[in-house]
Amino acid sequence: MTYDAVIIGAGHNGLVTAGYLARAGMKVCVVEKNDWIGGAAVSRELFPGFTYSNCSYVSSLFRPEIMRDLELPKHGLQILPYEGGAVMMEGGGHLGMFRDHDANRREFARHSPRDAEAYDRYARDVLRHCRFIRPLLLRTPPDPSSFRPRDLAELAWLGKRMFSLSEAQMYDMIRFWTMSISDFLDEYFEHPTIKAYQAVASIIGTALGPMSPGTAYVLLHHAMGDVDGNVGAWGFARGGMGSITKALAASLRAAGGEIRVGHGVKKIVVKGGRTTGVVLSNGDEISGRRVVSNMDVKRTFLGHVDEAELPGDFVKRVRAFKTRGSSGKLNIALDAAPRFTALPEGAPFMKGDLHFTDSIERMERAYDDWKAGRFSRDPFQDVMIPTMIDPTMTPPGKHFMSCFVQYAPPKIEGRDWTDADRDAFAKTCIDQIEGYAPGFRDLIRHMEVRTPRELEAEVGLTEGNIFQGELTFDQLLFNRPVPGYAQYRSPIRDLWICGSSTHPGGGVMGAPGRNAAAEILRDAKMPVKEMSDAYAIP
Amino acid sequence: MPSLDCIVIGGGTNGLACAARLARKGRRVLVLEASGTPGGGAAGGEFAPGFRSPGLAHIVHMIDPRVADILALDRHGLRYHTTSLASSALAATGDHLRLDGAFGASLTGTIGAEDRAAWADLRARLMRFAAALAPFRGLTPPRLARASGNDWAQLARLGLGVRRMGKTDFREFLRMFLINVWDVLNDELSDERLKGLVAFDATLGSWLGPRSPNSLLLLLNRLSGEVAGQQGALALPKGGMPAVAAALASAAEAAGVRIRTSAAVARIDVVGDCVIGVTLANGEELRAPRVVSAISPKTTLLSLLGPRHLDTGAMMRIRHQKSRGGAAKLHLALSALPDFMGADPKTRLVIAPGADHVERAFNPVKYGEVPTAPVMEVVIPSAFEPGLAPDGLHVLSAVVQYAPHAPKAGEDAARAAMLEATLATLESHAPGIRKLIVGQEMLMPYDIERRYGMPGGNWHHGELSAEQMLFLRPAPGMAQYASPVPGLWLASAGTHPGGGISGASGWNAAGRILQEVRA
Amino acid sequence: MKVEPRLHFHNLLLKTPFHARTSAANLLNQWGNWSGYTTALAFGDEAMEFSAIRNAATLYDLCPMVKYRFTGPEAAACLDRLTLRAASKLSVGGVHYTAWCDDAGKLLDDGTLFRLGPEDFRLCCQERHLPWLLDSALGFDAHVREETEEVAALSLQGPCSASVLQAAGFDVSSLKPFRMATFPFGSGTLMISRTGFTGDLGYELWTTPDQALALWDHLMAAGRAWGIRPIGSNALNLARIEAGFVITNMDFIPADQAVREDRTRSPIEMALDWMIDWDKGHFNGRRALLAEQEGKTSRWAFVGLDVPGNVPATGAVIYAGKTREAGFVTAAEWLPTAKRNVALAHIERKYMKSDLWADIYALRELQYARLMLPVTVTERPFFNPARKRATPPGRF
Repeated sequence: MTYDAVIIGAGHNGLVTAGYLARAGMKVCVVEKNDWIGGAAVSRELFPGFTYSNCSYVSSLFRPEIMRDLELPKHGLQILPYEGGAVMMEGGGHLGMFRDHDANRREFARHSPRDAEAYDRYARDVLRHCRFIRPLLLRTPPDPSSFRPRDLAELAWLGKRMFSLSEAQMYDMIRFWTMSISDFLDEYFEHPTIKAYQAVASIIGTALGPMSPGTAYVLLHHAMGDVDGNVGAWGFARGGMGSITKALAASLRAAGGEIRVGHGVKKIVVKGGRTTGVVLSNGDEISGRRVVSNMDVKRTFLGHVDEAELPGDFVKRVRAFKTRGSSGKLNIALDAAPRFTALPEGAPFMKGDLHFTDSIERMERAYDDWKAGRFSRDPFQDVMIPTMIDPTMTPPGKHFMSCFVQYAPPKIEGRDWTDADRDAFAKTCIDQIEGYAPGFRDLIRHMEVRTPRELEAEVGLTEGNIFQGELTFDQLLFNRPVPGYAQYRSPIRDLWICGSSTHPGGGVMGAPGRNAAAEILRDAKMPVKEMSDAYAIP
Repeated sequence: MPSLDCIVIGGGTNGLACAARLARKGRRVLVLEASGTPGGGAAGGEFAPGFRSPGLAHIVHMIDPRVADILALDRHGLRYHTTSLASSALAATGDHLRLDGAFGASLTGTIGAEDRAAWADLRARLMRFAAALAPFRGLTPPRLARASGNDWAQLARLGLGVRRMGKTDFREFLRMFLINVWDVLNDELSDERLKGLVAFDATLGSWLGPRSPNSLLLLLNRLSGEVAGQQGALALPKGGMPAVAAALASAAEAAGVRIRTSAAVARIDVVGDCVIGVTLANGEELRAPRVVSAISPKTTLLSLLGPRHLDTGAMMRIRHQKSRGGAAKLHLALSALPDFMGADPKTRLVIAPGADHVERAFNPVKYGEVPTAPVMEVVIPSAFEPGLAPDGLHVLSAVVQYAPHAPKAGEDAARAAMLEATLATLESHAPGIRKLIVGQEMLMPYDIERRYGMPGGNWHHGELSAEQMLFLRPAPGMAQYASPVPGLWLASAGTHPGGGISGASGWNAAGRILQEVRA
Repeated sequence: MKVEPRLHFHNLLLKTPFHARTSAANLLNQWGNWSGYTTALAFGDEAMEFSAIRNAATLYDLCPMVKYRFTGPEAAACLDRLTLRAASKLSVGGVHYTAWCDDAGKLLDDGTLFRLGPEDFRLCCQERHLPWLLDSALGFDAHVREETEEVAALSLQGPCSASVLQAAGFDVSSLKPFRMATFPFGSGTLMISRTGFTGDLGYELWTTPDQALALWDHLMAAGRAWGIRPIGSNALNLARIEAGFVITNMDFIPADQAVREDRTRSPIEMALDWMIDWDKGHFNGRRALLAEQEGKTSRWAFVGLDVPGNVPATGAVIYAGKTREAGFVTAAEWLPTAKRNVALAHIERKYMKSDLWADIYALRELQYARLMLPVTVTERPFFNPARKRATPPGRF
């Protein structure tokens, strides 16, 4: 039989695209190379009784419009907001984070009375930028070099939106988009640790340091999501990040879609400039009227399509698409909660993100190591213990700890990672934690260590880049992934791309998948009816 | 004293260009220069007995064609040794690469055919992009507001010019506009000498490394300028930069401008929210309905005008204008012509062995530290003309990157470390050079700040960077050359289009002032 | 009430120095959060508390009010540049109500400025502004710091408040409105200013936190004969509406907090332009405000509305000619003293001459009844008794 759409990869975006297409009446099949689904949004029991969110580990960006359209709560998805968070400082101090406005202010005031009263203005300004960008997430980027009515209309819409801001705000926005987070924060705050905490979101997953221009935008990329309308808030998916993709899969199956696991796509079949389906690693052929790839753009076109079928300029641009991985991850099963000596008893900090990098300088130095092809000797870690909130992931009293680590290069000084490199990397991270929580090492029952090598091998992210492509301006909006091909289409007819390599980029957002589905349905002249309009708060 | 229409603070190239344009339109203009000679960053000086430096700048990257032509700088004595200075990308092995013509129009040296072709393609593309941006240099930055009195027609024409590059180029332009130069070089070239040189050129005078996003834009900005009719060329004036200053001063005086040197301004005077003139350091009061400041906007607004005449927000915007200098200037008095392993001494000698080297030289500066292996461009002015040094002896001038503007280790220790690192690097490319040194001067960014009044030692009176360009230069709300206080205008390199010896900022500001006065 | 700074999160809502007394007096246990402090909304009966404001004497805990101290030779010059009024013209011992703007001439906050000495000022306000104030002091020989927790403040309001103070041993008979005086009290001093937020005769008392409870007890004892009672924020809010006062973040959004830019307001739009001193030299927002005034570009007017009937027009949208949206109500109450039904509202200036209607939703037995009522712009304050101004104050 011939499917209306074959989707390569059961990551969240592939499942979102599949879900929308199935609901629109298409016969859909999702093909997944692993024995499990989820891509980088997975929950895996890697140690008996312990569920790991072993790739992505927190949720905020996932579009609520998609949750509603695909009825994900009905299929079991629950997002739990988390609270707290802290940076532990060299020398034993700490900076905590509170959901309570005044508690947060008093906490800042312990370090800087000025910064304590600067935070509201800062949060307001970031929220202003979020409000501008959020409506762009669920729209196909216009091609500025095109004179087609749709592109012109979309450009006009963007222009109108821009000019609805005041003059001063337009300047603020353009500055914000082009600045480094370090320079941006200097305009608000004086205390290094307060700046370091705010800078976290600007480097997560990013092959840039906080002093690199463009990182203020990356901060925005992490701040523009929401939990129940609370913009900038983050939460856990109950049962781990796999709950998102499990709900997506259940929703897809309920709509009549199929998912095949265990054999990946070896080749995308192209005949006469159009695709007719895929060949699996076991030799099976699946024919489809269209193929949608949730793989990143490099893996899709450099690994699964005959180069002769593609225009030379396109191949050149895909090759130059930047996917340098910058992060690694430790997934740890703990016998008990660690005791961080810097954190006072009773504080809610452990229910949020924990950091040990108390200045932007330390973050930037960690990045300098990455540039030189080394993992950071003094790494930045984003440590979360989801089991502080979610009781379903481990036996009672035990914990799952996720340590997201920067920076880890895709190659070590030009050569591939070895197991010894990986172990040294893990030791560096564990030593850092041990320094703040003596006895921590003894609590470890099991640990999974992931460098860009493991991320690429398991999830298929080229060079281990968690965003399927870096988030710099040359690779955003109409430039993502390739100028002229930012509308989820490819040079090959009926071959589409729906992963994070496309606008609006990475994170467990689902927006690329939804936007791709909208384009596919539009192209198929099928009504786009089960897609709610982007939520907008006037 | 006859009454004045306008007082210009600062006799640098922008101040002189601005004054000359105003005077040509019949305005009575007085230029006040704090030092003994006009010229600002173009002024030179004796740094060792018998040895003269060519100025803070040592190469002309651009002179605004309007300034050069309308003021007829050639008639006022501006002559060049060359308007197409070649560059040598030095290799420690002696296997140098020579770039002739504007921005390496031709390459000489051992370099593969593939790289030659790739360079020709990349160079041509960048030159096209830069040419499309060139018209923006002569423009008052537009305000981003619907009814703001912009010349929208002119803007639309410029925008159309960019769009008219054709679909392929336009897409490529949008992709590369805010890209980092390091990625571009590694995507398209393989020759490390060439990559090092372009990475160095892109980040020269900036506070960015080649891996910093937005760094290619700085290169495009530089290439969008021209000197003596050649886009992207380098020129070496006879008599060094002081000769450019002298020609400008002479042209300004010919246009009717009065120039007073050794006249440091202590204060800009304001009455009833209007500028009425200035008070000099010696207490003398000078009155004019308009004051144009061609010194840094930060100094102008925060020191000479004072915060109390500004709104708090505007004052903070100008305080937040980033002005970190990342370049040091080295002058060496040499007992003989140094030998850079056979490199032509009458070229610009660039020591930047690879793009990574440039980035690595930037790393420590982020933390207020001195790099162990700095990168630099070297000019030996005495190889072109006598008079800068005693007969047979030589002057070497080098711009060395990167140097910290606020070193953690203290100023003197950082200067000594920078000098040592620089000399060691020079020695490795010109063995024996250290033995030739008979005098030396290392100007760190803080020294440059003190001597030339550039905050942070930044040549551009505020960093040139994407977030400080065009309508964001020097700060949002002040980019149309008018300060917030009626009667006070800004015309230094801190305003659009900034930097170099070009005079464009001053010329643009004068145009705006004349327009305002008419209206 | 000192909290170990590292452990402040055990007390999400801080307690003021008067808490031991206010909590004992709070029979309803009705507490609210005012800037992170536990604040009584009502102690026993709101109506009785309000009645005491207009009839007897009341105590209100002012401690959460944010306080900044400006000192130094150029403190006055700095405040001249910061605020709309001329701090330099305020005499020592004087107080004035003032406001300040951003560059665009949009209000950041309003507050009261106390001149404690030639080079010493206290600014009391609703919101926190330390970065803006510090930035505004750059270039001036002046020092700014936040001192909220260093001061314990009580508001003693009501027609009998002067009598209570006399009975307490503080002779305020010659103290004029917007003046202050210092008295010995306990081991230190007590500063009394003739200021308040009720539109009635009243005083505010300022001391150090260690004297707070003694002050409370002393005043409650001295005022017993006049029926003194503590009041909560609800009663005070009713009084301030009668007096026509505005509250930041209730009647206007501070410009530095507004996410939506059109929410900001200039002092002209908030009917505070009377306080602008155009001749004192440059001040923040002056150029923008001058352009607004000269160009008549103000978009909004902040007005008092007379509403028919007795249903408060809380949250009502105001229509011009019943169809075009013309504005909205920020506060509305039936005024027990003035016996009027009024509202404070933002109205677009272009509709000021139109017939205005309030679209009121009145909750009656679980159901909203919709009333579209004609409203008219009316003078503020709605209640303005002579006893407020009389010096010496009347003996009531």
